[in-house]
Amino acid sequence: MKLTWWKISAVVLLVYAVVGGLLLPVPELSQLGETIRNLYYHVCMWFAMMILFTISIIQSIKYLRTGDIRHDIKAMSYAGVGTYMGLLGYATGAIWASFTWADPNNPAYASFGSIMREPKLIGAAIALLIYGAYFILRSSVTDLDQRARVSAVYNVFAYAMLFPSIWIIPRLLPSLHPGQEGNPALNFNDIDTRMRIVFYPAVLGWTLLGAWISTLIIRYKFIVESKIVNNEK
Amino acid sequence: MKNKMLTLLFAVAMISTQAQQSFTSNDATASVMRSNGKIYVVVAVVLTILFGLIAYVIRLDRKISKLEKE
Repeated sequence: MKLTWWKISAVVLLVYAVVGGLLLPVPELSQLGETIRNLYYHVCMWFAMMILFTISIIQSIKYLRTGDIRHDIKAMSYAGVGTYMGLLGYATGAIWASFTWADPNNPAYASFGSIMREPKLIGAAIALLIYGAYFILRSSVTDLDQRARVSAVYNVFAYAMLFPSIWIIPRLLPSLHPGQEGNPALNFNDIDTRMRIVFYPAVLGWTLLGAWISTLIIRYKFIVESKIVNNEK
Repeated sequence: MKNKMLTLLFAVAMISTQAQQSFTSNDATASVMRSNGKIYVVVAVVLTILFGLIAYVIRLDRKISKLEKE
């Protein structure tokens, strides 16, 4: 195994994200309290998802240009890990919301109806379902080249659908979720300096971990693929 | 590499067991682990999980590398 620089930096950044994220000072906000530290974990999942989906669509376009099946395998692996991180982002967001948005006088599930009306949640669910359909589409086509071509075209559509579903429509509607008037985590005037020094390394660390897992899947699929080819000969 | 990872893992595990010692203990680690609302215990737990997951990914990486050589 080659322990390359980016794998080492993924480990270092993640350790920093945990230690710094839990111990370094954060701004005190009445509604959030210490849960503001979730910015280093929950929000990073979505950032990592977006970056992995971007790598995935680049690989799909490369496949469409070259017809090289390896690009299709890469596109699928990155989309898979991206979707997984999106699901983790959804799950962590559900925990966070149940202690900040939910009515504290009632059990958290009593607020379920009003929380689930959040346009950001609905948009993210739509985006993840569209990517879920990508995998259903893949597994329903048996011909290898046809599967690669159809799913590459669909991947372009799925990526395009991310923009209305998670970036545009939730910002047109009233919402409790931050990020209504722009990108609060990216805006230098908005995010506190104390949080920025942990947040950006954390985004990088989680993204690198996602990329690492993706490369493992890719290498595994290459081995499987080469075994299939060798058996046919 | 593997041994170093294991050593680190056990080191973190040992810090968390020291936090279980009696209240009268004046051991430096124990007092650190008990300060600040015992948040360092959480850090140790989360780091143990993180190191466990990373060790798993590294193990997979090595196994796949071995398969690639065949």
